[in-house]
Amino acid sequence: MSKNLIEVENLSIGYYNKGGKLVHVLKNVSLSIKPGETLGLVGESGCGKSTLGQAMMGYLRLGSQVMEGSILFSGKDMFGLSTRDLESIRGNKIALIPQNAGEALTPTMRVGKQIIETLELKTNVSGAATKNRMIELLGQVRLPHPEVMAERYPHELSGGQQQRVVVAMALAGQPDMLVLDEPTTGLDVTTQAHILELLRDIVAELGTAMMYISHDLGVIARVSDRVALMYAGEIVEDASAAEIFKSPAHPYARGLLASIPRLELAGIPNSMPGQPPIPGSLPGCSFTPRCPFATEICSSEPPELKMILQTPHLVRCHNWEKVVATDFSQELKDVYHIVEHKAQDVSAIELSDVEITYHQPNMIDRLRRTPEPPATVSDITLDIKRGETLALVGESGSGKSTIVRTISGLLPAKSGVIQFENCDLTVNVDKRTMDLCKKVQLIFQNPDASLNPRHTVAEIIDQPLKLYFPKMTRDERRARQIELLERVRLDGRYRLRYPGQMSGGEKQRVAIARAFAAEPDVVLCDEVTSALDVSVQAAVLDLLADLQQERNTTYIFIAHDLAVVRAIADRVAVLYQGRLCEVGTVDEIYSPPYHPYTETLMGAVLVPDPDTEPKLLASDTPELAPPAKGCAFQRRCPKFINDLCDEVTPPWQYPQDEDGHKIRCHIPINELLVV
Amino acid sequence: MIVLIARRFILALITLLLISIIIFLGVEALPGDAADAYLGQSATPESLRALREEFGLDTPAHQRYLNWLGDMLKGDLGDSMARRKPVSEVIGNQFRNTVVLAAAAAIVGIPLAIVLGVFAGLTRDKWPDILVSLVAILGMTLPGFVTATVLIYVFSIRLEWFPAIAMVPTDAPVIEILPNIFLPIITLTFIMVAHILRLVRTNMIEVLVSNYVQMARLKGVPAMRIVFLHALPNAMLPSINVIALTLAWLLGGVAIIETVFNYPGIGKLLINAIGDRDLALVQGIAIILAGIYIGVNLIADLLALVLNPRLRTSRGH
Repeated sequence: MSKNLIEVENLSIGYYNKGGKLVHVLKNVSLSIKPGETLGLVGESGCGKSTLGQAMMGYLRLGSQVMEGSILFSGKDMFGLSTRDLESIRGNKIALIPQNAGEALTPTMRVGKQIIETLELKTNVSGAATKNRMIELLGQVRLPHPEVMAERYPHELSGGQQQRVVVAMALAGQPDMLVLDEPTTGLDVTTQAHILELLRDIVAELGTAMMYISHDLGVIARVSDRVALMYAGEIVEDASAAEIFKSPAHPYARGLLASIPRLELAGIPNSMPGQPPIPGSLPGCSFTPRCPFATEICSSEPPELKMILQTPHLVRCHNWEKVVATDFSQELKDVYHIVEHKAQDVSAIELSDVEITYHQPNMIDRLRRTPEPPATVSDITLDIKRGETLALVGESGSGKSTIVRTISGLLPAKSGVIQFENCDLTVNVDKRTMDLCKKVQLIFQNPDASLNPRHTVAEIIDQPLKLYFPKMTRDERRARQIELLERVRLDGRYRLRYPGQMSGGEKQRVAIARAFAAEPDVVLCDEVTSALDVSVQAAVLDLLADLQQERNTTYIFIAHDLAVVRAIADRVAVLYQGRLCEVGTVDEIYSPPYHPYTETLMGAVLVPDPDTEPKLLASDTPELAPPAKGCAFQRRCPKFINDLCDEVTPPWQYPQDEDGHKIRCHIPINELLVV
Repeated sequence: MIVLIARRFILALITLLLISIIIFLGVEALPGDAADAYLGQSATPESLRALREEFGLDTPAHQRYLNWLGDMLKGDLGDSMARRKPVSEVIGNQFRNTVVLAAAAAIVGIPLAIVLGVFAGLTRDKWPDILVSLVAILGMTLPGFVTATVLIYVFSIRLEWFPAIAMVPTDAPVIEILPNIFLPIITLTFIMVAHILRLVRTNMIEVLVSNYVQMARLKGVPAMRIVFLHALPNAMLPSINVIALTLAWLLGGVAIIETVFNYPGIGKLLINAIGDRDLALVQGIAIILAGIYIGVNLIADLLALVLNPRLRTSRGH
């Protein structure tokens, strides 16, 4: 057994709150990573993952302190080192790849310069060699045209390119270990899959150890040799990736795995009730209130992290034997419940030839008669039935949000018609009647941004009630608020809370209640679950499905997670660069024949199973504008035929009949069937 | 980029034109006119009419404005009625003197303000920051003439280091002016530093908690290098416009200071011109000050454009 590169020994980190009380963030955490090994660190938000990652680099957030324990990196105590010693270890022996590379790069410095900085400070490379090495690094992270990229400022790169620059920056110091804090969260599935493959290759080649922090079990399954599961500041399970995904021994691991929507399974999974407590606030096991296996001892006695079976598998649970004895794979299949759909054969919203553009020609353009660039969204024809859920799917820049913005009246369409109950929705919201506004409601991705932090829940829900039901008395509105909160499964007492006093899932429920307060016919959901933990996501999906049934509401659902779409949608429209590629029912979309773009998206999905590899069909090169003619996907298509794709807009092809599944591609259906 | 600069430039010209109208109307609205002021007690209806005819005050207002505007475009600011000389000639040296004073204050004050601001930001809520901020608030809140008076009391009456007044001949060479204007420079610096310092401090604090500074720290970049290469450039961007405003204020707002120190600058000239109802002179000075104000702001906008890569390349939808 080789020596450990880093050893976290019984580490507790905490801070004193305003009342002078000690609040734990990490509690008695012990783990180790060997040279070249990749440890995945998983858990819900607020479990202390990032704190542990930063602590490994000898960094504590302002106000936090080490209560006990230590971190030994190559035998050195990270919290006993001088500032100068820490500065020399960071970037050189241990490097960070942060979440949101766009914010982690200094905006006033060219990206090449930022890599050179690391090279100058952390390596022996000097003089002209520095620049060559920098270009080499940018090439190594597979950035096209490294010389050009090096001269750019961070904001001139796409999210995926920024993330690659940060990877190159971390590799520049040739560290022995990388700490990766959610490095692909917020990126497109395709970009994420490419970056993960890149990381895997580099690590295999250079023998770098990694600690990979993520809330996404699919990502963890793809990169990790070993997985540590964190709950409320403690490690609750630590085992090989294969073991933790195939036969998890902690009820929390089971709960998390069971709450993930699966690409290959229709239906919504069970959600895990509750949320993590403050570390160390419960006398017994922190997971007891949410645990289906809990017994009496669990609420009084904290369990030890102990070795089970022969393999190195650590679990912190009193009842692990009972957990292991329950067949997990069967349990997993049982938890998915299919949503009953009852879409009517009446159109709710009909989009015909809708074209939307952000381009506003200025004076010079008009004088020079510059030809207009291709519209951001073009040629969208969709018929959405009453009571149906239509999902819009595609990478960032595919025009999903643009279409929803237009339907909601935030952005006028350039041409085309959006028919809704004898009204045309292509006009802005200020030109719509109050009744029309009431019928179309929008729920945003991030409840932190969409709920006013200075309003109580009652005030938030009161707004649409006052606006759309002016005849309601105060008491009636009050009764309605409570009724709405109960419909989103929140206690009436939440009326007096502020958004800051609620968890992410609860806030999103309030946002949903606000939308439903208007008694809408159509609800536009823009990535409503992507800011939530998996454990909460399933509950929100469930809630949306139930609310839909009550009033036969129509949903237009934007999501980048294809498994979530599969769980909730009736029909799916796949978009690329603002053009439709494929439209069909969920079953039609999730099985061949695929549009090459749909196939690319499906291939890039990471499933929580270490044995499944993603299929990377097309590059993840971002495109800034749709092509002037031909197929929108021509530049990245893995099945590109010839000039035909470049020149001619592909025809719609119908695998069955003209009302159903349709694919916009030059390749014949029978060839598309071959995956 | 070029379109952007051109648009800013055109906007600046339009602003200047509007200001010239406002100045003209403002002066028109004053009770009495140059002839009244010039003749004073000895005015008779006949002499007034004669003088008004001579000054061209009997033509309608809009025509006088257009004449003035036309002359101005040719570089002729008209004649000072009270001083019986072309306005440009009256302004000439006094303007130079103000520029010397303001430039000296700026050269001392701006770097000082930035250094102190960074220092205060780095030692946030510790005693160096509290001390610097306290002095800055004093500078901001005390009226200029109070600051000037206190400084005169301390430095020239008590310590006898500097002369209390800056009486120099209007056309003295710069070398001879400088030794006499230490106190006005210190007064202006004291007032000016406060505004810039507070802003630099706030921006610095904001930038220091940003993700990229944290990243630089975790990348193992030495602390001083982080401050100067990663934090300062980003903290300076929002400060540029305030520095420009302060500069413009320096040129226009020194009137009181110049009066206190009896310094022959454009500010003092303006106050005298208002007293004399010397309309052409007031208009001339006002339009020059407005021009500088707009010009400095234009330069600041362009500078911000050059220094901020985000503004320079807009990557639209």
